[in-house]
Amino acid sequence: MIESLLQNLETLLLALFGLGALAGAVLMIVLRQPMRVALALISTMVFLGGIFGLLGVHFIAAFQVLIYVGAVMVFMVYVIMLLEVRESTGARYSKLLLPGLAGFVLLVGAIGISVWRNLPPAKAAAADSAFGISKFSIAFLNEYWLHFELTSVLLVAAVVAALAVIKVSRRSHHG
Amino acid sequence: MDKTQLLLGLAVALFALGLLGVIVRRNVLVMLMCMELMLNGVNLSLVTFAQQTATGVGAVLVFLIFVVATAEIALAIPIVLLLVRDKRTLDLDAYSDLKG
Repeated sequence: MIESLLQNLETLLLALFGLGALAGAVLMIVLRQPMRVALALISTMVFLGGIFGLLGVHFIAAFQVLIYVGAVMVFMVYVIMLLEVRESTGARYSKLLLPGLAGFVLLVGAIGISVWRNLPPAKAAAADSAFGISKFSIAFLNEYWLHFELTSVLLVAAVVAALAVIKVSRRSHHG
Repeated sequence: MDKTQLLLGLAVALFALGLLGVIVRRNVLVMLMCMELMLNGVNLSLVTFAQQTATGVGAVLVFLIFVVATAEIALAIPIVLLLVRDKRTLDLDAYSDLKG
């Protein structure tokens, strides 16, 4: 009795979080001010974090909130406030609105139908085996160490590129 | 109607909405945020597949995507700042001389 109630509650929460994430994404397309778009994106990310938590990957949920909402979006909001460019009263959408909408419908239709049709049945043990942080860490540093090192190379490249951009801006400012 | 199908449908919808935003919006910062939305949709699909197949590869990939997204934002924001200082606007149509 309680077991089935909990199962239903989990499905209900999953559906609610999914609807919230979808609503945030739609608001991102519709809203005009960049700050409101950023807030809609933050709410979408938090809802996605809730979905990850319900799926049992709690550490990814935590990092979703910590890295995306805590670092990336705070940076974005900071830049929006720093620029403080009032959006002109011109059109919100570019000339590509109709082709974009047609492409959107085609993409959702094509991938949606293929997802709908043939999906291999889930493994029976999948629901029970929550993928814990220790198992993840061992797999991460044993099997995927090369990818880990490659991302560190990518981060170094990003730092060097950011420094180069700052240098260019300083030169154009003085010269 | 399966739970996995529902989540995959949500992931597709998020990705497609992000792509739509990148195509139709004119504000540069909004376009950047729509790119983040696309990455989030991909993350959701990866986690869903990892749950379905009971393997950890999806979780590792999600972690790598976190790093790539952070590096992307850290590089894109200074470029946008430079562009805005040059043109005094966030409107994409003002940057059409970047076409070359």
